[in-house]
Amino acid sequence: MKVLLNHPVREVEMKGPRRVRELLKELSLLPETVLVVRGDELVTEDDMLRDDDRIEIRPVMSGG
Amino acid sequence: MRCRKCRERAVLEIPRHHTAFCKTCLTDFVCAQAERAITEEKMFAKADHVLVAVSGGKDSLSLLDILHKLGYQADAFYVDLGIGEYSRQSRAKVEQFTKARGVALHIHELKEDEGAGINELADLVHRPTCSVCGTLKRYHFNRTAVELGYHVLATGHNLDDEASRLLGNVLHWQTEYLDKQGPVLPASMEGFAKKVKPLFRLAEREIAAYAIVNRIDYIVEECPNSKGAKMLLYKDILNRLESESPGTKQAFYWGFLAKQEADAKTRPSMTDNDQAVLHPCPTCGQPTTAETCSYCKLMARAKKDGPAPVRM
Ligand SMILES: [Zn+2]
Ligand SMILES: [Zn+2]
Repeated sequence: MKVLLNHPVREVEMKGPRRVRELLKELSLLPETVLVVRGDELVTEDDMLRDDDRIEIRPVMSGG
Repeated sequence: MRCRKCRERAVLEIPRHHTAFCKTCLTDFVCAQAERAITEEKMFAKADHVLVAVSGGKDSLSLLDILHKLGYQADAFYVDLGIGEYSRQSRAKVEQFTKARGVALHIHELKEDEGAGINELADLVHRPTCSVCGTLKRYHFNRTAVELGYHVLATGHNLDDEASRLLGNVLHWQTEYLDKQGPVLPASMEGFAKKVKPLFRLAEREIAAYAIVNRIDYIVEECPNSKGAKMLLYKDILNRLESESPGTKQAFYWGFLAKQEADAKTRPSMTDNDQAVLHPCPTCGQPTTAETCSYCKLMARAKKDGPAPVRM
């Protein structure tokens, strides 16, 4: 699956299926600091992500 | 995961409240928390005209959205800091948002009115950009709200913003700042707008989730000047504490507010304190504790040291 990250904007390729919780762990991201968006829907930590999903990791800190 | 209220698919888990919400219930939760803040803290009423300081970020645009959903009269105010591409993008987000909803938008443009962008001004006066930015924004927020006759100025500060600022102030024992850390600052004298923070009960993550499920198009990018800023470090530390023990942020900030309120009975009010030390700035008329206000001092210095067209 393609995973879009912000700060800075970049894209990484990850293998599915895996749960959101595991994806965040693998990317060393604290769940409290990000939101995970599949397509344009917000998903929770126990949601299963598939190989053909497009994922965006949205940091919750932004702007000023 | 299912919504604890209606059993729909959950979009956000909120460990500090031992709950999880679907889109609709998340929106209801966020609006209810804002409404509670507004009424409990006596921020403003339905008949009041509210000016919301917007940056193009998730907090301020969500705040505007929430206030309209709750039936309040709120307009937008944007300060264009002239930070290249970042300002262009954030201004475009603000303009799209307000245009699509028919919200009145006031803009103050630094390059136009002060004659230089924030980075150039900070260079001219040899001060950190974020501190000059804070001075300028506070000044224009207040001045615009007063001059345009709004009852109150609202900002999008959330629980994380306030808890991290409190942590910073406590770590350095800057107790003189603690008085001003409440969600409501009174209009203690002529020329001073009342200032409120209706999102202080909501975590940053809850507001970001609100913005996403309500399809609010905000600027995700960080301000290029804020990289490595101390506040981000404090937020990060609080997030780590929050992960280990949910509810830490609210216990810290709300606990502080409760203590302040308990102490308030035995201390002079903020209005009395303000009136004792504030007087109109001789140059611009805005209230200040110093001889000349920090904005006028800054602009005078920029004008003196500047090679070119810094205007007053
Ligand atoms: Zn629900
Ligand atoms: Zn002044």
